[in-house]
Amino acid sequence: MRNWIDEPDAPARILPGLDDINRPYWTGGADGKLLIARCASCGTYQHPPFSRCASCGGADVVPTPVSGRGRIKSFTVNRQQWMPDLPVPFVFAAVELDEQVGLYVLANVVGCPVEAVDFDMPVEVCFLQQEDVFLPMFTPVSGSDA
Amino acid sequence: MTTHPEKLVRITGAGQSEVGRPSKRSALALTTDACAAAIASAGLTPADIDGLVTYPGLIANGDGMSPVGSTEAMLALGLQPTWVASSTEGHAHMGAIIQAISAIASGLCRHVLVFRTVAQASARAEVSHAGIIGGGRTVAPRTWGGMSWLVPYNALSAATLYGLYGNAYFRKYGARSEQLGAIAVNSRAMAALNPNAIYRKPITIDDYLASRLISDPLRLYDCDTHIDGSTALVLSHRDAVREGPNVPIRIEAMGMGISGFGVGLHTGDFTEMPARRAGDMLWSRTDLTPKDLDFAQIYDGFSILTLMWLEALSICGPGEAAAFVEGGSRIGLTGELPLNTSGGQLSAGRFHGYGHTYEACLQLWNKGGARQVQGARTGVVSNGGFGYGCLLLTTD
Repeated sequence: MRNWIDEPDAPARILPGLDDINRPYWTGGADGKLLIARCASCGTYQHPPFSRCASCGGADVVPTPVSGRGRIKSFTVNRQQWMPDLPVPFVFAAVELDEQVGLYVLANVVGCPVEAVDFDMPVEVCFLQQEDVFLPMFTPVSGSDA
Repeated sequence: MTTHPEKLVRITGAGQSEVGRPSKRSALALTTDACAAAIASAGLTPADIDGLVTYPGLIANGDGMSPVGSTEAMLALGLQPTWVASSTEGHAHMGAIIQAISAIASGLCRHVLVFRTVAQASARAEVSHAGIIGGGRTVAPRTWGGMSWLVPYNALSAATLYGLYGNAYFRKYGARSEQLGAIAVNSRAMAALNPNAIYRKPITIDDYLASRLISDPLRLYDCDTHIDGSTALVLSHRDAVREGPNVPIRIEAMGMGISGFGVGLHTGDFTEMPARRAGDMLWSRTDLTPKDLDFAQIYDGFSILTLMWLEALSICGPGEAAAFVEGGSRIGLTGELPLNTSGGQLSAGRFHGYGHTYEACLQLWNKGGARQVQGARTGVVSNGGFGYGCLLLTTD
């Protein structure tokens, strides 16, 4: 799966600095994968990733491909233009990934009018590449009636 | 019996600079104005100050968030403190006060000067985007740490994040904009009575509802306003209190809470903050209850935080704060719980937590002028939107 999107007219985003712990999340999209840190001992996912599992203390935390599907737990339509040329309005959402209750990823929801976004809406991951970063973003699940 | 450290400490002095948007005075001059006033109001001289702390400490990137640190203030005021500290980590705005309490109770020092200076209005007058997260005079090409989970998604202001919380709160509890707006309307009404507030023209709920959306459901009037200004407090060991112009204020209880918010980790359903832990801790350390409060100075960087804090402090039950503030009568000057009597950060200006504690002191010293809560003897102050702290203050 190579679910990449494009923002041809938008200015460059302020990108995350990469390190060994966050690099899988920010670059997994190069292979079309959403990689979430998962404890090899107890199986708990955690995001953002840390060097140890916050649930059991396990030191073996492995970037693990997930389905990339989830539901919108909450969201906001941002209308204020914080920087010149920032495209508004846009949606900033907390997506609860299907793999685990309370496993939240905060990201933009794109690919539909901002008015179409709603609570509990099923979404799936897509990726926006800028430089060496593939930002995980979300779009409504194809064929959903949202 | 355990003696809680805060019970050994008194607030003996408080001072505040002029507020400006921007101010003609430098950030350092605003700082020394506030500090000198606080020291004098404690009946002390600079030579008496043996502890010094600020929040969050010097941030030397030109964005005005914290342009004066402990060291510069120490030199400018001619202080020779034994104990000096600052921290961006921990319990946010209230963290420096909690550190001061700890230092005094442990015997490291007896009179601690606590200050907080902001010059965000000056910075934004020069560079309009100096207010964004990770701003500064130039925008760094990459973002690191907790903010790196937000900034790439153009969540360049905390308004965007708290909008997400606001929507969740509205959705779960059926809260309405007319209810949330009561906080902004109340703040303006209070600010109209405060000569050192930045926005003093009253607004109506209709003005609020007509104001533009910033990040749903937050409107312009739900967001606090950047200013230049400084606030200072003096905390003293109870055995070291000097005869001064003001009655020493007892710190009856304090509360602290923190979670993963600041590193991008979110838990729960986005309708409450880890402030709950701070509120529960506060009430566990006193025989007083929310019914004993004469006023509340509650953090209002965004109005939705005030709603969530009202619940975290058990002043309202979960989901009940919106109805509590609706219409404004309960939170007005003659209501059952006067709220943010200075105008708060929404209307008096973003003194960044310290305005709330300063205002609590004025009220307890009966120096509230036209906005004085009659007979005010006990009040609560709470600060924070990602690290949380609260104080129960009394002159009884």
